[in-house]
Amino acid sequence: MVPLSYYLILGGILFACGVTGFLIKRNIITIFMSIELMLNGVNLSFVAFAAQWHALQGQVFVFFVMVVAAAEAAVGLAIIISVFRTRETLNVDQVNLLKL
Amino acid sequence: MMLNLHLWLIPVLPLIGAAINGLFGKRFSRQTVTAVAWGFCGAAFALAVWAVAQFVSAGANPYSEVVAHWIRAGSFQADFAFYLDRLSVVMVLVVTGVGFLIHIYAAGYMWEDGGFYRFFSYLNLFMFFMLTLVLANNYLLMFIGWEGVGLASYLLIGFWFTKDSAAAAGKKAFIVNRIGDFGFLIALFLLVKHFGTLNFEQLSAAISPMGMETAGTGLLTSIGLLLMVGACGKSAQIPLYVWLPDAMEGPTPVSALIHAATMVTAGVYMVSRSHFIFDRAPSALMAVAIIGTLTALFSATIGITQTDIKKVLAYSTVSQLGYMFMACGVGAFSAGIFHLMTHAFFKGLLFLAAGSVIHAVGGEQDMRQMGGLRTKIPWTFWTMTMATFAIAGIPPLAGFFSKDEILWQAYSSPFGSRVYWLIGVVTAFITSFYMFRLWFMTFFGKYRGKAESDHGQAHGAHGGSAHGHGGIHESPKVMLIPLVILAVLSVCGGWVGIGNRFENFLAPVFQSGPTATLESATAGQATQTAPPAEPQTQEVGNETLLTAVSVFVGLAGLFLAWILYCHRPQLPQQIAHALGGFYQAVLNKYYVDELYAAVFVKPLVDVSTNVLWHGIDQGVIDATLDNSADGAREVSDTMRHMQSGNLRSYAGWVAAGAAVVIGYMVWMGTR
Repeated sequence: MVPLSYYLILGGILFACGVTGFLIKRNIITIFMSIELMLNGVNLSFVAFAAQWHALQGQVFVFFVMVVAAAEAAVGLAIIISVFRTRETLNVDQVNLLKL
Repeated sequence: MMLNLHLWLIPVLPLIGAAINGLFGKRFSRQTVTAVAWGFCGAAFALAVWAVAQFVSAGANPYSEVVAHWIRAGSFQADFAFYLDRLSVVMVLVVTGVGFLIHIYAAGYMWEDGGFYRFFSYLNLFMFFMLTLVLANNYLLMFIGWEGVGLASYLLIGFWFTKDSAAAAGKKAFIVNRIGDFGFLIALFLLVKHFGTLNFEQLSAAISPMGMETAGTGLLTSIGLLLMVGACGKSAQIPLYVWLPDAMEGPTPVSALIHAATMVTAGVYMVSRSHFIFDRAPSALMAVAIIGTLTALFSATIGITQTDIKKVLAYSTVSQLGYMFMACGVGAFSAGIFHLMTHAFFKGLLFLAAGSVIHAVGGEQDMRQMGGLRTKIPWTFWTMTMATFAIAGIPPLAGFFSKDEILWQAYSSPFGSRVYWLIGVVTAFITSFYMFRLWFMTFFGKYRGKAESDHGQAHGAHGGSAHGHGGIHESPKVMLIPLVILAVLSVCGGWVGIGNRFENFLAPVFQSGPTATLESATAGQATQTAPPAEPQTQEVGNETLLTAVSVFVGLAGLFLAWILYCHRPQLPQQIAHALGGFYQAVLNKYYVDELYAAVFVKPLVDVSTNVLWHGIDQGVIDATLDNSADGAREVSDTMRHMQSGNLRSYAGWVAAGAAVVIGYMVWMGTR
């Protein structure tokens, strides 16, 4: 059996990749993908813990997360399309009309 | 018979007048303001006369009335209580009488002034405080009046406050007086500490059994010296006389009322009132005499060189106050009070007449610009002549009697000395000289002022009466009537002193006087006293001789002034030239103001500026505040950059923070 720590380390790596991508990328779609990556890193650790402790709560959590992430992805992509149509760019640094 | 004199009304009436004019005077017409001011002041005078008449007819025994309790702390108490004895009778009549005349005069003099109502409000306020001062039955109430007249004096000197010199003179008077008041206050503290009361009668009763402090020091001597410091401030004696000449910046009626007739004599009154202390402190008495004598001579010499008509009179006032101090200092309090009274008449008159002259020539105060006014303003000329002869001590005018009494006492009193007498006589000569110099320069010779058509413009300098009118003209009746009344008083006022009547009247007040004390002290050594008959005749002979001398010096002053300023007017210039530096020193008032500025004012200002202001205030207090504010701003300035508005940097901070928290938890978990 694969030890729990392997899953956790993989989850941590995925999360770190997500964070890094979120921080350094300017393209809004990439940032969006990075968020999904972070969510999935977390999901991975949830299911790993669930398997380890033979508890169902972790799996239930993961379902919730995936549902919310799907909804978020739908809304988010709609916003991105709308932004692209009005501003013709996906660079977040240039979408700063509301900034002081 | 129980007397009820309603003494409290005498000071309160002018206070009501001051309040009415001060609060509503701006809306009143000049006539109404005048009516209020005259009415309340006149009522005070009438009431004073009535009270004095009652007092005298009831046997002239000291009378006191308690109006209200004021301070009661343990066994100490000070009340709003008034006291009338023979000494305050003289003072209250002089203050209300001369004060009322000057109120009348001032209505004419100040008629054109924009601050007419303000002037009369202050003047009535002054009357209130002065009457409180003379009628108080304890030192604390007296001190209220004492400070109050200082306030009124400040307000009236700086009456034309838009003029820098007037505002500065007002401040100077106030500050110099504060120095004296400090001494007065310490004296009061000592009295409270050792006797537990400030009531005159109680203090007198407590101190009377005490013996003379012949050793030269002691409690009573200290109190006496401190009281003297207070009196020096108020009565403009060396070394605190410097404010009085500057006080001439005020309107002329103010100079007459406050700075000649009444307020400045408060010091003399206070010393006389405290006679029971001074009687037993010969060293303090001697200090008073020396200061008075020196002041008399010193300021008289300055008076010779002044060219401003009011400045001459101011130095003359200082000098005459010196005489009064000399009288008090040799234990002749009644002679001092006598001179105080006659001085109030003739010096008040001199100032009012000088005001009339200034009014006539359109605001000019420099005597070099006057001359030949004798025929143009005859009423002023004749009244001023009376006053000049009176102050010069020519018999039978008022000044002769009082001055002669002082000189005789200085010579013959047990505390007196020939030195006092000699300096007094020299001063009398100088007084006569500078007064006749003023008289000749103003009224005789040719008119040296500007052409008469210029007068309209020249009036502006006068501050108050800037009304255009042509030529030299006599003052209105409202100003002349007080002049005439005061002239009559200057002539006749001294006659009450013939045959020692005035002295006998005051004798009960000063009955525990130094002579009596000295006699009781030396009673054991009766061998010293010679048979009574012989010195009696010798004394009369001496007195006649001394009188002759003082009359002679008065006439000599007249003669010298006539030679220098009428007969050969080019001579003074040559003499001044010949004297050179000395003349310059006298002309510049012996550089006393400059000396005070260098010794006291400049170090004080320097220390205040460099140490207190720049050093402590700016360097420590302000700097602490400024630096903490600067520090806060710098820290914020650094922190501000975290709030960049860049979303990713926020995310980075969140990530970093999360990393720290996770790291901490891992570290804690693995321990």
